[in-house]
Amino acid sequence: MIPELGQLALSLALVVALVQGVLPLAGAHRGDEGWMAVARPAAHTQALLVAFAFGCLVYAFVTNDFSVQYVAQNSNSALPLHYRVAGAWGGHEGSLLLWILMLGVWMSAVGMFSRHLPEEMAARVLGILGLVSAGFLAFLLFTSNPFDRLFPAAADGRDLNPLLQDPGMVIHPPMLYMGYVGFSVAYAFAVAALLSGRLDAAWARWSRPWTTVAWMFLTIGIALGSGWAYYELGWGGWWFWDPVENASFMPWLIGTALIHSLAVTEKRGAFRSWTVLLAIIAFGLSLLGTFLVRSGVLTSVHAFAVDPKRGVFVLGLFALTIGGALGLYAWRTARIGLGGSFAPVSRESMLLANNVLLAAAAGAVMLGTLYPLVLDAVGGGKISVGPPYFEAVFVPLMAPALFLMGVGPLARWKRASLPELAVQLRWALGVSAVLGLLLPFALGRWSALVGFGLALALWIVAAALLTLRKGLRQTRAHYGMVVAHVGVAVFVVGVTLVKGYDREEDANMKPGDTLAVGGYVFRLDGVRSVDGPNYKAARATVTVLRDGRPVRVLRPERRLYTVQEQTMTEAAIDTGLTRDLYVSLGDPLQGGAWLVKAQVKPFVDWIWGGCLIMAIGGLLAATDRRYRVTVPARRETAEAMA
Amino acid sequence: MKPRHKRLAAIGLGVAALGVAAALVLSAFEKNLVFFFTPSQVVAKEAPQGRTFRIGGMVEAGSVKRSGVEVRFLVTDTARSIPVVYQGALPDLFREGKGVVAQGVLGADGVFHAKEVLAKHDENYMPPEASEAVKRAQQMEERMSKTLK
Repeated sequence: MIPELGQLALSLALVVALVQGVLPLAGAHRGDEGWMAVARPAAHTQALLVAFAFGCLVYAFVTNDFSVQYVAQNSNSALPLHYRVAGAWGGHEGSLLLWILMLGVWMSAVGMFSRHLPEEMAARVLGILGLVSAGFLAFLLFTSNPFDRLFPAAADGRDLNPLLQDPGMVIHPPMLYMGYVGFSVAYAFAVAALLSGRLDAAWARWSRPWTTVAWMFLTIGIALGSGWAYYELGWGGWWFWDPVENASFMPWLIGTALIHSLAVTEKRGAFRSWTVLLAIIAFGLSLLGTFLVRSGVLTSVHAFAVDPKRGVFVLGLFALTIGGALGLYAWRTARIGLGGSFAPVSRESMLLANNVLLAAAAGAVMLGTLYPLVLDAVGGGKISVGPPYFEAVFVPLMAPALFLMGVGPLARWKRASLPELAVQLRWALGVSAVLGLLLPFALGRWSALVGFGLALALWIVAAALLTLRKGLRQTRAHYGMVVAHVGVAVFVVGVTLVKGYDREEDANMKPGDTLAVGGYVFRLDGVRSVDGPNYKAARATVTVLRDGRPVRVLRPERRLYTVQEQTMTEAAIDTGLTRDLYVSLGDPLQGGAWLVKAQVKPFVDWIWGGCLIMAIGGLLAATDRRYRVTVPARRETAEAMA
Repeated sequence: MKPRHKRLAAIGLGVAALGVAAALVLSAFEKNLVFFFTPSQVVAKEAPQGRTFRIGGMVEAGSVKRSGVEVRFLVTDTARSIPVVYQGALPDLFREGKGVVAQGVLGADGVFHAKEVLAKHDENYMPPEASEAVKRAQQMEERMSKTLK
């Protein structure tokens, strides 16, 4: 009964979404206030209906209702309760429902926090979000219904994929989807502005907090996914340039470009058509990410769903939303006009360079991700593009962007003076260059790449601190930017030091054997068997010694999940501010020996720490009070700007 | 300079920068493309020596031999098989009789030295490269049996 109620709620939500997609847009076009007024209640109703459906699905999981096919495929009575709840988004259908739920949350939020917008703008934005939502609800109901019944009911479920039985995986998809779907708001604002022909500083100001919040969620979501891969896949990598990771990274790169471009559009009225284009592309890449992961076109740990029909449907949705928006863009672009002019050396020109670099990086990731798929699809043979390509491209593209991060915030709008900037930045440049040269020696071994990376990170921090001096306008948005930039620096330090000083050894070890790695000694004390709720495991006890004294005891496991007969490596990690100790247990060998992999990863946690700091910066910037200024005040500033 | 010339110069600079970026990306792309070969192709010496490529197929049952951190096994497309050697821990989903993809270099001795072994699939699902290799070998066999009739 409960699953049928969920199904009914989804069907009603589709109807409401269609109403929300048609009436307010038509109302805004005709100037009919009654029709426009439908938008907000419809958005809230739709969100509630989808939330109710989602609750029904979670209920089916919690109560082990194996007469629901999706539950039978993704859960098991032996699965602990919190993973049963998370199982609701562990497969294709449920994660799509989660996607739609997130869209509902965003829509409702737009409904609530858009009181200060002109009525037509709010109606158009909500109408467009309604259309997007209708497309996805139709996709869910017609190709991937999570409430489909199974006759006869299964005796027990096939269990959740063991890779997903992890706290990180419980929270990663909701965060990532909040980010993906959040770009739909930026997209809706862009399309609404194209429809009304009103692409001005006010429009940019309305879009900014939404875009920044979406970006913040996406940053956290990607960081969680990377952290999950680091400890759950068991071998200590934190980024694999896997197509699914790339699928989330492309919208992040374009989203980052969009945040900066919106700043220029708001402050100076420039880059308008570029900003609109970025908003459309950022959402397009979010949809592409959903398509890549959900259509099963990839060979990848993440691509659990394999069904071409769904792929065609998502591709159709993609073509409609993005093709439609681009068509509108092409038609309206002549009316957008250019913004204020600026000199070759100015904050605008530096932000433009930053945008070009970020867009080029996104393009390079796209080439490496999609080219093998396209070639394969047209029968051109199978090829793959590995991490060396992405690394070879990213270092030269991101290094100038990181350098500009130091200069940009200090440069004046419209026209900046190079000598003046040089004077302001001479200490930052000197200190970062000297420390970049010296620090690698202090850390043990000279490496040009490490020196360069550290110098760039120090440069960003030093330059960011310079902007905090007196005399410059200090707003919460400005602090947000400083914090986010420092986050990037922290991230760069982590990446650089892991890349430069990472140590690992594989060894065939018997109890009592020791293995020396990067100044630590790992001693295997013994291996015993343990029973988990839905798995059996071999658990090793490894004592880590430094200078002959024990510092930590780590217990890596090798698990066999009984339902799916899948082996899983559960690494044991000792997390530290300056290094992680990472041990994983491999195959059992002859004579009671085990394959053990021990790693020392310096500063690896700075990678995710940096992402967290970036996200905090985003939150600070998005909550600046000037985004909450009342309408009349805003109109005046907007007119003054235009 | 007149504003028009300034704009032209700016556009020229932008185009040049994009050109440099594109050249960089494409050359890195070209250098790091990894091609795929089936065991039959490797046996027929169609695969390059000394350049990294990928092979795919099934891990031949009973062929996995460990000695310390080194592991040796045979990858087959059901028609031909080639020996693979790998150092270190194999992925969780690596199993005899199941699909596997390995990336590495072919040695002069005809042994494939894998730097990376991928077995990203569940029990029902084969990596596309592995199923492709088996499919191609079977098509070849069919063609052979038709010609011999």
